[in-house]
Amino acid sequence: MIALTRRYRFPAAHILSSELFSAEENARIYGKCANPAGHGHDYAVEVTVTGPIEPRSGSILPRAELDALVDARVVARFGHRMLNDDPAFRTRVPTAENICAVIHEELAPPIAAAGARLVRIRVEETRRNAFTLGELR
Amino acid sequence: MPEIRLSRAIEFSTSLRYWNPALSAPENQRLFGAKAAQHGHNFRLEVAICGEPDPRTGMVMDLKDLQEILEREIMERFDHRDLNRDTPYFDKEPPTPENFVQVIRRLLIAALPEGSLDRLRLYEDGDTFVEWFEPREASR
Repeated sequence: MIALTRRYRFPAAHILSSELFSAEENARIYGKCANPAGHGHDYAVEVTVTGPIEPRSGSILPRAELDALVDARVVARFGHRMLNDDPAFRTRVPTAENICAVIHEELAPPIAAAGARLVRIRVEETRRNAFTLGELR
Repeated sequence: MPEIRLSRAIEFSTSLRYWNPALSAPENQRLFGAKAAQHGHNFRLEVAICGEPDPRTGMVMDLKDLQEILEREIMERFDHRDLNRDTPYFDKEPPTPENFVQVIRRLLIAALPEGSLDRLRLYEDGDTFVEWFEPREASR
């Protein structure tokens, strides 16, 4: 089995707080990350796809096609934005775990339509925190 | 003793162009864009070996032996070479990382103790890598 991974980056702001909790509870649960003014990160996202290698191009998915998909649906959408303003995070706190899930939901259908399979999303929130959804088997 | 996975990394620099010899020059340029022109990369290869440690030495495999195999099979063939012109592996297919990792897999499976190669990760650059692994049964 062969899998291809490409890495992308976008800087974004967020606030970790939920309407389910009071201001005091949000401050207790999320600490500094609950600052109502916001804070931000240089996010890095690794997108991993598998599938048959198309013999003409020697690729699971043409690089330009994958890049165009991720640029439109992730980098342009979330880069230089406040994540809490995005409809995807209206009912979900923009933790890195939920960012993995949202990116997976956004990318899985168009990658499947292009003939490949999205198998893993890895989000680095800082150089010291990484979150992975899915694994290679 | 449970199985242990050990990994060793090597780095090598090659030139290449994405080029499918079965296609015309304009078709290659349309398919691969800037990558159809000769360029180069610092490749990084991570090789993972899996097995039970020998009860006497405590090692799955002597890293010296693994390094010797990697020098002979990979570094001597590819480091400071051109993938298209200096190797016989890309006469029929372009040296994309997907194809390159399969060449490396065949070379290493032939050189390593049977069944020991567990997975490979080949970085073409800091933003692009491919992984090869044996599919495993989903755990219940």
